[in-house]
Amino acid sequence: MSIKIEHLNKTFGSFRALRDISLDIPDGKLTALLGPSGSGKTTLLRIIAGLENASDGRILFGERDISRLPVKERNVGFVFQHYALFRHMTVAQNIAFGPESLPKAQRPPKAEIRKTVTRLLEMIQLPELANRYPAQLSGGQKQRVALARALATRPDILLLDEPFGALDARVRKDLRRWLRGLHDEFHFTSVFVTHDQEEALELSDQVVVMSQGQVEQVDSPTRLYASPASRFVFDFLGHVNIISGSVTDGWLQQGNARVSLPGVSVSGDAQLYLRPHEVRLSVEPGDRACLPFTIEAINLIGAEVRVELKPDGWACDDIWEVGISHGEFSRWQPARGDRCFVTPDIGHLFRNGDNRPETVAWT
Amino acid sequence: MKYQSHHRVGDQPWLRRVLILTAVTLAALLLAIPLLLIFTQAFSAGWDALVSNIGDRYTLHAIGLTLFVALLTVPLNLVFGTALAWLVTRFRFPGRKLLITLIDVPFAVSPVVAGLLYLLLYGRNGWLGSWLADYDVQLMFSWPGIVMVTIFVTCPFVARELIPLMQQQGTEEEEAAVTLGASGWRLFRRVTLPNIKWALIYGVVLTNARAVGEFGAVSVVSGNIRGKTNTLPLHVELLYQDYNIAGAFAAASLLAAIAILTLAIKGVAEWRQAQLLAREPADRNPQ
Repeated sequence: MSIKIEHLNKTFGSFRALRDISLDIPDGKLTALLGPSGSGKTTLLRIIAGLENASDGRILFGERDISRLPVKERNVGFVFQHYALFRHMTVAQNIAFGPESLPKAQRPPKAEIRKTVTRLLEMIQLPELANRYPAQLSGGQKQRVALARALATRPDILLLDEPFGALDARVRKDLRRWLRGLHDEFHFTSVFVTHDQEEALELSDQVVVMSQGQVEQVDSPTRLYASPASRFVFDFLGHVNIISGSVTDGWLQQGNARVSLPGVSVSGDAQLYLRPHEVRLSVEPGDRACLPFTIEAINLIGAEVRVELKPDGWACDDIWEVGISHGEFSRWQPARGDRCFVTPDIGHLFRNGDNRPETVAWT
Repeated sequence: MKYQSHHRVGDQPWLRRVLILTAVTLAALLLAIPLLLIFTQAFSAGWDALVSNIGDRYTLHAIGLTLFVALLTVPLNLVFGTALAWLVTRFRFPGRKLLITLIDVPFAVSPVVAGLLYLLLYGRNGWLGSWLADYDVQLMFSWPGIVMVTIFVTCPFVARELIPLMQQQGTEEEEAAVTLGASGWRLFRRVTLPNIKWALIYGVVLTNARAVGEFGAVSVVSGNIRGKTNTLPLHVELLYQDYNIAGAFAAASLLAAIAILTLAIKGVAEWRQAQLLAREPADRNPQ
């Protein structure tokens, strides 16, 4: 079932947690609400669930306005960050709680509930743990049980609040892959909240980036990464290298660093954003740019060699990071303290006071 | 050796022994011996005398009245305390902090003062009492007054036990139950109640102990009418003033027995609650 959010606002006292949010969440897709803490993503999720009331605005499930419906009539499944399993009930009792809570007329017979529980236990691959208590489970197992419990009521919509936030890195990766597989099999509409960009990009079909109670950008993971719409999204998604300077006659200049800007005719102060994989490293400056650096650190672990660079003869707030392949590294053999130059392939220019980037391509 | 002088405080054997001895002596002098003395005094004239003392008409009436007061007070405060704890831990509203502070007023006020306030308010010449007297309703110097002040004095116990526990447990389990479609009553009975069960029992036991043993507030509003408004603690004092030492101690031994039973139940309740808490998810650390 699709979700439509129209002009949603939420205030806590004088604090505006959500500002005029309008959003479409497509049917059968996994949507991520991504943002730093305090961006309002969890509040939005809780309002969709009905655990919190919006100050104004509407929410529609399909065609139906559910803004004023109580939680239990919305037919949503909710998975909490800290699992929120009923600690005095066994795993099986936890999963059976939802179906058993239905009003008498709709409640399935006991045998059928038992069957549902067995089926769900198999789905989460923990059938042998039916009679354990939550305290006897690991974090990953608990989160699977929480998911099975949420799915037991056959919800139209599944909402997950930082579902992997409390787990360690390896379990998190496994569970992420497992959830993706589960979703591809059953195609429930899911919305999950995360502050982990990697998780959002890997898991979801659509990412909603939020900041300070506002939606910054809604896009597929690929498009989001390729063309961030604002400074915030740029900074938040992956590392970005920034040079500030003034633009004159199609060149950006600061100290002894200069970059040509083909197709840019305006002038004034601006910042150029360059992704680590959209630049190349060389020993001599090219004709596109002269960006001198000294190598500060080299990190060999990973699929790429990560080189950290300190500007030489100009200044920037953050150190630059550039990735080169292991093959290139062994051919070139750079060392700490070596001087080198960066040549850009694609860049994104933000003029001062402007929040929309202008893409610059050199090829 | 120089290093041996670097003892932690209390590491020296002599200091440890002195401290332990002091604690044991004080506990014996102030707690164990007086308690023992109550029973030796009660039994001093033999078992038959004890039975006949307790079987005295007025003593039996005092026992009955005390149990009657407790029977009314405990369920009322159980419901009140649970509702109050639920209110202040599950909802945010203006004046919530003030309410939490007000819960402690009966603890802070001397019971005698509480009794006097009730007398002032509900007595025959009191503010509300004079109005009630017009309808021939007498609250003070009869059992309703005793029940009222007992409720006042004991009302914080249940709430005080529950509030910290319910704050610690948080609302997530209850929210989960709501999203799973549980009705309010089912939510309370199946999710909240099992989690607070032992703290609730502990609160009830404390309420009961205080309701049975309350002296100050009750003595102000009861009027000490033998066979009518005399509770067990008041009766003990009355017997003592009559120089009926054996009778006083017989009645006192009953109160002491209730106290010991209370402590035993309290011990069990605390132990069970600690076990429940130990079952708490171990990896509840914030991300």
